[in-house]
Amino acid sequence: MSEHLPILIVLCPLVGALVVPLVARVSLRASRALTVVATLSSLACALAALRMVLDGDDWHYHLGGWAPPWGIEYVVDPLGGGMAVVVALLAALVAIYAGPHLRVYTALRGAAFDSLFLLLTSGLLGITLTGDLFNLYVFLEISSLAAYALLASGGERAVVATFRYLLVGTIAATFYLLGLGYLYALTGTLNMADLAIRLATVPPGSAMTVGVVLIVVGLAVKMAVFPLHGWMPDAYTYAPPPVTMFIAAVMSKVSAYALIRVLFFVLPAGDAVDTARAVLSWVAVAGVLAGSILALAQTDVRRMLAYSSIGQMGYVVLGLSIGNAAALTGALLHVVGHAVAKGCLFGAIGSMPRQTVQAEIAGFAGAARRAPLTMAAFTVAALSLVGMPPTAGFFSKWYLLSGALDADVWVFAAVLMVSSLLSAVYFFRVLEQVYFTESPSPPDPGQASGMPPLSWRVVVPVLTLGAAVLLIGLFNGALVTSVIQPALPEF
Amino acid sequence: MSQFGAGQSQYALAAVLLLIGLYGMLVKTNFARKLMAMNVMQVAVIVFFISLAVRTGGTPPIEIEGAHEVAAAYANPLPHALMLTAIVVSVSTTGVALALLVRIHRRFNTLDESELLDRLRE
Repeated sequence: MSEHLPILIVLCPLVGALVVPLVARVSLRASRALTVVATLSSLACALAALRMVLDGDDWHYHLGGWAPPWGIEYVVDPLGGGMAVVVALLAALVAIYAGPHLRVYTALRGAAFDSLFLLLTSGLLGITLTGDLFNLYVFLEISSLAAYALLASGGERAVVATFRYLLVGTIAATFYLLGLGYLYALTGTLNMADLAIRLATVPPGSAMTVGVVLIVVGLAVKMAVFPLHGWMPDAYTYAPPPVTMFIAAVMSKVSAYALIRVLFFVLPAGDAVDTARAVLSWVAVAGVLAGSILALAQTDVRRMLAYSSIGQMGYVVLGLSIGNAAALTGALLHVVGHAVAKGCLFGAIGSMPRQTVQAEIAGFAGAARRAPLTMAAFTVAALSLVGMPPTAGFFSKWYLLSGALDADVWVFAAVLMVSSLLSAVYFFRVLEQVYFTESPSPPDPGQASGMPPLSWRVVVPVLTLGAAVLLIGLFNGALVTSVIQPALPEF
Repeated sequence: MSQFGAGQSQYALAAVLLLIGLYGMLVKTNFARKLMAMNVMQVAVIVFFISLAVRTGGTPPIEIEGAHEVAAAYANPLPHALMLTAIVVSVSTTGVALALLVRIHRRFNTLDESELLDRLRE
């Protein structure tokens, strides 16, 4: 079995997605358990594979025994394997978290939800592991289609937002596919490693430039970088809580991973890539500032978090456009830290009663008394996004900052500082309500008993993520030297 | 590279289709029209890839005894295979999009973007 670990990471949720609707006809409880087991076994495979890769060489798995470049290969290296662990971890936690939310669904809808969720998970895991550019496109579309269906399950407003997302997402995927066509025409191969070797010998020309631009633009749109983020706040606000939690946490990160993979491991260093990175850097600066300022203007907390995501993804793009070792380390650490922190924030908000969430920031008055544990996790995650030590966010920003200073781009350093201040403002508005404002109407006993205590299935994932934010921060040195530095491209 | 493609006209067709599709998706206000424009855009990519596979004077990539010995004499089958997958993706996307449109139309009785945004603001 162990020689097939790379494919098992993707197969576990994929097989789960097919089996869950059948099992749900017999027992919804069994199909729920199966969903959790599928994601957990995927996580176990990802951890085992990453461990073996960190001890030795990169792991090249040839599908069906066909050697690349003819066959498709999966590659587990520290970058892809690490990303797979992050995705699988979030998937497992969200699978547990979703339990109480699905109780209101009929068995059929619950099974459809689980099936789509597993499909989304396997698509995202596939992106992190594949060594083939066209295979990446297929996984990109698998994950996107599952995400459209999941996002649309949140009611009429969600459907409109999802349709707009579908249009934007399809434009992005089509651009990516077209760009891939140019690279294929230039080299005759789709395998990433083979492409990197062959592209290095291709003289730079307009075909290469067009290919690079199309691929970079396509992936950047998938990441929802400013100003192509229009669909995101609506989609995040109206989708069911577990969906928002998972998609906000990992989906844009996986696109960011794909962009890093293509820019630093496939495309040859040259004018085309340098120009693309220069353009991306200014897009990122605009995104960081606009995201933070727009977040400040929101009264709905979920919408505020969505805009904050736009700003935070800007950090990642900034890191990869600066592109030196420190900045890339920061970008990767931020991908991990932000995935965990955003999952925690949306998880904590999703666990609040519906009326609290709809009542916007003021509705969080006295929330710490009602839900002390999840609100503590919320606070830790919020502090991480602000960039307070010793959370993960502080260290990723520190690396980004030192990368910007190494590269002598003071503007970017200033942007990082300003946006950190802005995020402090918008998060402390919420935290003030949570901790220092009394609930407007003191909960009378009858009302208090009307609100059921939070299920452990909700509390445990949120707390795990909150603890992970702290642990990533405290042990960032170990994480950077053992996983992130081996994951960096050679300079 | 000069072996690829019989002429340039099919690339021009792909470019025109791509632009028509993008124009429709960005400018038209009716969601159904946007969806149709999306399909036109996807067809552009298919035309582009299939054009890559063309070899002037080439034969189908089937091994026949006594036929050509060099790979360059065969049309390239890989882009066709890729586009088969892309067509499947395109059909699934259209299916999901149509399902969304049906739900939107049932609820709001319109598919016009500006009218929808007005209704949502209420």
